[in-house]
Amino acid sequence: MSDAAIPVTGAIKFNIQIGDELTHNVKPLLHEIKHALDNLIETGKSTIIDLRSIPLAPGEEEKILNTLGRGEVQAQLNALGLSDVSETQYAGVWIVTHYNDEQHVISRFIEVTTMPEILCSQTEDVMKSYSRLTLDLGDNLET
Amino acid sequence: MTNKKDKSLLDKTGLEKTDVNRTLGEMLRSQGVSRRSFLKYCAATASMMAMSPAMIPKIAHALESARRPSVIWLSFQECTGCTESLTRAHTATIESLIFDAISLDYHHTLQAAAGHAAEEAREAAMKENFGKYLLVVDGSIPMDNPGYSTIAGISNYDMLMETAKGAAAIIAVGTCATYGGLPHANPNPTGAVSVGDLIKDKPIINVPGCPPIPVVITGVLTHFLTFGTIPELDHIGRPKVFYGQSIHDRCYRRPFYDKGLFAETFDDEGAKKGWCLYKLGCKGPTTYNACATTKWNDGTGWPIEAGHPCLGCSEPDFWDGGGFYKSISMPTENITQTAIYTAAAAAAAGVVLGTMNKSKKNSAVAAHNKTSIDDLEK
Repeated sequence: MSDAAIPVTGAIKFNIQIGDELTHNVKPLLHEIKHALDNLIETGKSTIIDLRSIPLAPGEEEKILNTLGRGEVQAQLNALGLSDVSETQYAGVWIVTHYNDEQHVISRFIEVTTMPEILCSQTEDVMKSYSRLTLDLGDNLET
Repeated sequence: MTNKKDKSLLDKTGLEKTDVNRTLGEMLRSQGVSRRSFLKYCAATASMMAMSPAMIPKIAHALESARRPSVIWLSFQECTGCTESLTRAHTATIESLIFDAISLDYHHTLQAAAGHAAEEAREAAMKENFGKYLLVVDGSIPMDNPGYSTIAGISNYDMLMETAKGAAAIIAVGTCATYGGLPHANPNPTGAVSVGDLIKDKPIINVPGCPPIPVVITGVLTHFLTFGTIPELDHIGRPKVFYGQSIHDRCYRRPFYDKGLFAETFDDEGAKKGWCLYKLGCKGPTTYNACATTKWNDGTGWPIEAGHPCLGCSEPDFWDGGGFYKSISMPTENITQTAIYTAAAAAAAGVVLGTMNKSKKNSAVAAHNKTSIDDLEK
């Protein structure tokens, strides 16, 4: 067991000494991602894993994120607070992190998909933008 | 600017729909909230309600077509900690959406109106939405002397019974409203009882905790908005989605427990190494709540992560358990030896020690061991 202190997220640092695999949830989660990738290849079905639903010790979430690393795509949304959407070094594995207005993480997902849904333009928004552009151009909305 | 508004925001006569007639989706669109923002909100909602991410599209569809329910919030014998918890929810944007989604017609801490105007607002909301409004209650109800707690000269009992009549469902928030809480602690000087002790003919959702986790409160409200039903409840009326697993089963220190590694004091080597806090009075094995995964203070941590044992605040009579730092959690058996034996069957360990704990708790309740300052300093 490592004696190194691993700081938790946030401003306060607790002197909690933990082992490398305290909850034993890191490896199974990485294997779950591997199976999800296999499923994506075979069936085209996407998988979403909610990181908040899994008991993780301080430092373990960081360990998972570090293992997945960073890939070619990083996008930032500004929708009810910021959201970071980034592809990991494993193509098809994305990290989606939602923040509130105070920059606090409100949810974090690992999405195994070719494109996270939240990045796509939404039909309702597209329809609304058509109406807006039509009106802005002074055209008849019905045509 | 009206001609630029979405046509769905107009009623049959071409006039703008009032807030009451709009669905949540229509209201958000009128406020310029994009569908993408709404999806983000639904993703956060699914996460906080511990639902599968596959439910996100269903939540989005249900919430978009939901209409704003009227909510009446009554506060009785309480410390306002539950309201403080809710209003300090770290997902500020999300909670503001929740408040947009409901019509909070009466809450004497938050509303601007006071005195007769406040009571008139409650009466008007009850009349207009009879049979359909949600009633939220925090605080216990004194049955000894009604004068112990009154609002506008109305006893807590009378106000509860009158307001409950037209409620579609009741959400009891905090351990006081759900099980009596601190006012109910032995010797219960005010004769405090819970909402469930008095109301038998309405669906009641118990959301205990001292205070409850903010997103658990909003999660239950969201569930009602999303599905129009009450969530599945456990044997003491708590939503299983948040209270379905024990703190112990979800605790990241559980592996130390399984290995028989315990902190003996708050500053020994075990405490510094983050070992299990069972011997320091942790009530995790007999407490059901979502703290271990939902966490507190912007998701920064929770009591056990900060090195403090769980007090068991979401359980009935947790004040009378014989002391937070000893008694019910201090078995006479050699706990380390017991844990070593049970580590061989780790899955059963929680059950074994949980049973032992419950037995100790019952003994402690019977003996009513009071916690002294000396106990706290031990």
